[in-house]
Amino acid sequence: MTPEIFIDWATMIAMVLLALTLLLSLVRIVLGPTLSDRVLALDLLTVVAMGFIGAIAIRTGLWLYLDIAIALALLGFLATVALARYILLRGTDEQVRSGERR
Amino acid sequence: MLQDLAIYLGGCLLVAGAVFTLLAAVGVIRLPDLYTRMHAASKAGAVGGGLILLAVAVVGQDAAVSMRAIIGIVFLLLTTPISAHLLARASYISGYRASSATLIDELAEKNEKNPTP
Repeated sequence: MTPEIFIDWATMIAMVLLALTLLLSLVRIVLGPTLSDRVLALDLLTVVAMGFIGAIAIRTGLWLYLDIAIALALLGFLATVALARYILLRGTDEQVRSGERR
Repeated sequence: MLQDLAIYLGGCLLVAGAVFTLLAAVGVIRLPDLYTRMHAASKAGAVGGGLILLAVAVVGQDAAVSMRAIIGIVFLLLTTPISAHLLARASYISGYRASSATLIDELAEKNEKNPTP
């Protein structure tokens, strides 16, 4: 097995597994049941998207994709921090439903 | 010869990273409540993403590419625990409770002893 064929197969297997991971975290985003679960699944989704970009960079040999992966990591971190701040101010879903907090 | 070895090693690291992120997603689906799910996503997810970036660094065979990938790994390992801790703290303070299978809640015991105003 030459290195070219090996890296072709390895990136293909990794991309299939990462696509399955994207699907599973999407299921958690849809099911919920709370806002925090959705934020957590979105955080995982960002990491998986970063991995996907890394796999594509290896497959195509375009290393500029790596910068996009680093920017995506930064964006995912800031999004999670902002949403955690929002959860802290908002209260739980039950409190919002009963009109205790809004 | 050495370049071929780096490519084989990078491919193995890439598949290992993908398996770790898949396990993180399985944990997020299967575990019972928010705090245990967070435990799966923030540990296995960070290791999976880090391994994939390490694979890019190994296969890249260029100092600039490898340096950027390693900066990405350091950034990921620094920020993932921070964001998980912030989210857990915000959820706990705003009133999300752990599942009934949880045996010990040391934060609640501590708050009983000296309640915050």
